[in-house]
Amino acid sequence: MSATESPQTPASSLHIALVGNPNCGKTSLFNQLTGSRQKVANYAGVTVERKEGFFTTPNGRAIRVLDLPGAYSLDSTSPDEDVTRDVCLGRHRTEPRPEMLVAVISATNLRLHLRFLLELKQLGLPVVVALSMMDEARRHGLQIDVAGLQADLGIPIVPVISLNRAGVMPLLQALDLPFPAPPVPLPAGLDPHMEVRRLLATYVVDPASGTDRLTDRLDRVFLHPVWGPVILLIVLFVMFQTVFAWAQPLMDGLGNGISLFGEIVLKPLPGGVLHSLLADGVLAGAGTVIVFLPQILILFLWILALEESGYLPRAAFLLDRLMALAGLSGRSFIPLLSSFACAIPGIMAARTIQNPRDRLVTILIAPLMTCSARLPVYTLLIGAFVPHRSVLGIFGLQGLVLFGLYAVAIISGVIAARVMTRGVKSEEHPLLLELPSYRRPNLRSLALGLWQQAVMFLSRVGTIIVTLNVLLWALSSFPLPPAGAPGPAIDYSLAGRIGHLMQWVFAPIGFNWQICVSLIPGLAAREVAVSSLATVYAIGATDDGAADRLLPLLSTQWSMATAFSLLAWYVYAPQCISTLAVMRRETGSIKTVLGAAAYLFGLAYLAAFLTYHITRAITGVP
Amino acid sequence: MLYLDTLPKGGHAVIEKVEQRAPLDPIATRLGELGFVPGEAVQVVATGPMGRDPIAVRLGTSRFALRRGEAARVGLRTVS
Repeated sequence: MSATESPQTPASSLHIALVGNPNCGKTSLFNQLTGSRQKVANYAGVTVERKEGFFTTPNGRAIRVLDLPGAYSLDSTSPDEDVTRDVCLGRHRTEPRPEMLVAVISATNLRLHLRFLLELKQLGLPVVVALSMMDEARRHGLQIDVAGLQADLGIPIVPVISLNRAGVMPLLQALDLPFPAPPVPLPAGLDPHMEVRRLLATYVVDPASGTDRLTDRLDRVFLHPVWGPVILLIVLFVMFQTVFAWAQPLMDGLGNGISLFGEIVLKPLPGGVLHSLLADGVLAGAGTVIVFLPQILILFLWILALEESGYLPRAAFLLDRLMALAGLSGRSFIPLLSSFACAIPGIMAARTIQNPRDRLVTILIAPLMTCSARLPVYTLLIGAFVPHRSVLGIFGLQGLVLFGLYAVAIISGVIAARVMTRGVKSEEHPLLLELPSYRRPNLRSLALGLWQQAVMFLSRVGTIIVTLNVLLWALSSFPLPPAGAPGPAIDYSLAGRIGHLMQWVFAPIGFNWQICVSLIPGLAAREVAVSSLATVYAIGATDDGAADRLLPLLSTQWSMATAFSLLAWYVYAPQCISTLAVMRRETGSIKTVLGAAAYLFGLAYLAAFLTYHITRAITGVP
Repeated sequence: MLYLDTLPKGGHAVIEKVEQRAPLDPIATRLGELGFVPGEAVQVVATGPMGRDPIAVRLGTSRFALRRGEAARVGLRTVS
């Protein structure tokens, strides 16, 4: 590739930023320019994604590019747009002002995007326009006089097609030229809308008035009052089916791989403290969580594909009315859907909600959406206590119970949101959502998105989860029991003692001390509770057969009331430090986090208490 | 005057004005930034499945989902 052909050119590093409306093709351009040379993090203090990348121009100029969040205006209405405004104005606390802006404008939506460009002219920064989706515009019958528009605006315009390297070459070449002079701002008092209208009338030949017939036709089906919701239901159903069905073989494979790895690596080690640390602390902890990677990636694949295709905002449109029942708007649907994979990306996705109170309530109920980490616990307990038989000949009872747990959580979320939004005299919950044209998802973007999710997930496992597991291992291994002491060693350890102490609180909801102990590491990651139960019951959780052997043991040792009570607890309890940490970062308020933890723990205790006593009454166990 | 929230599905009209519900009404401002300005043609392309909220509106080459409360700020004149 020509980008590396002339290394002798002195590389003067240039700092640029991509800026544009949402759905302008900015992200595909960013991905095409930088490939995998990207760094995704968050801006200090807010959970707005900060995407930075690096590339080299044909003449060897090194360029650092920042992908600013999409914005409709510098007059911001959301935390996302705040970042874009502050960086463009050079007001951001940590981000230096870019030396040049690349304004990304879609040829298919000039009316909207040109207006924002006129606003960018006021900044006094050099600007180059990347005109994207020219191919699509041509298909819709649009003809744009690029040379004329460029001369009139006083800004260089380069057409880009972000599908391949050749398509972005004109932009790369433009970046080798000396900076253009900053454009002349619009004269005061000139209405930008009038100016846009004039530009469109002069430079765009638009026989079919530029309508996207395909999107019109698809919308007639997808937004249909009857077929729209039916299709949405089918999409969601297929999505959850594949998340569970497709992931299973991969998860089994990963689990086997990890236990094989454990055997090969740990076999040569002598037994004792080191072996126990590596096997029970590190490997059991990381292993039980890593197996969820396929499930999380498949869910993200769906969400990314639905987002790229333009369907997700349609889903928000269809569900707006339903969300209104909860006192929210359709905008909350996307974060809540993500929360079924994991509340962390869900809470982060809430940043696109403009109304601050809607955003807060969405964040507060996101942990109630059943995340994938609860599944192992549900699966274990349902397997142990719900008989394997069919209802009405078609539904499995176990599947129905699982579905019921999801349904109860959703209904609780709606009620909680309803309660939180009640009484507050709020004027409006703006929806004002753009419904972009439908587009075929770009495989490269999907792959990059999945890769970033995988890296984030694995680094989480490598840091917080392993650390906490080692800590728990230490707590449950020391002090060592006196020689010849009867009973499991954990009984004598610190964790055992803590478990016995916790029982004062948890006995009324039917938890024994073993459950109490397993709740502690469950705070690091809910699914770890399964491996901790195995450890507590002295089975040794190093291989994936642990859950299989735990199952008959639990069904003999626990009463049904205890098991159901634990299930009810898991529906509500905010047993995930990472979720609370993201909430803290996102809302910037420790009070909010404490309030959220209090209400969720309160609900969990209440639900478990009721479940325990009602089940005892029904099953006739005193 | 006819307002966007009462425009029937499939109906075409031209925007006459966008009303502020309060001084510096942020929703009215955002509507303007999205291109809801006098002289633009609008068409209601879909209405929500339950009740009649929200509505999907085509404005030039863009499409937006709005609640009727938002749409009620947009005053229209019908096109003959």
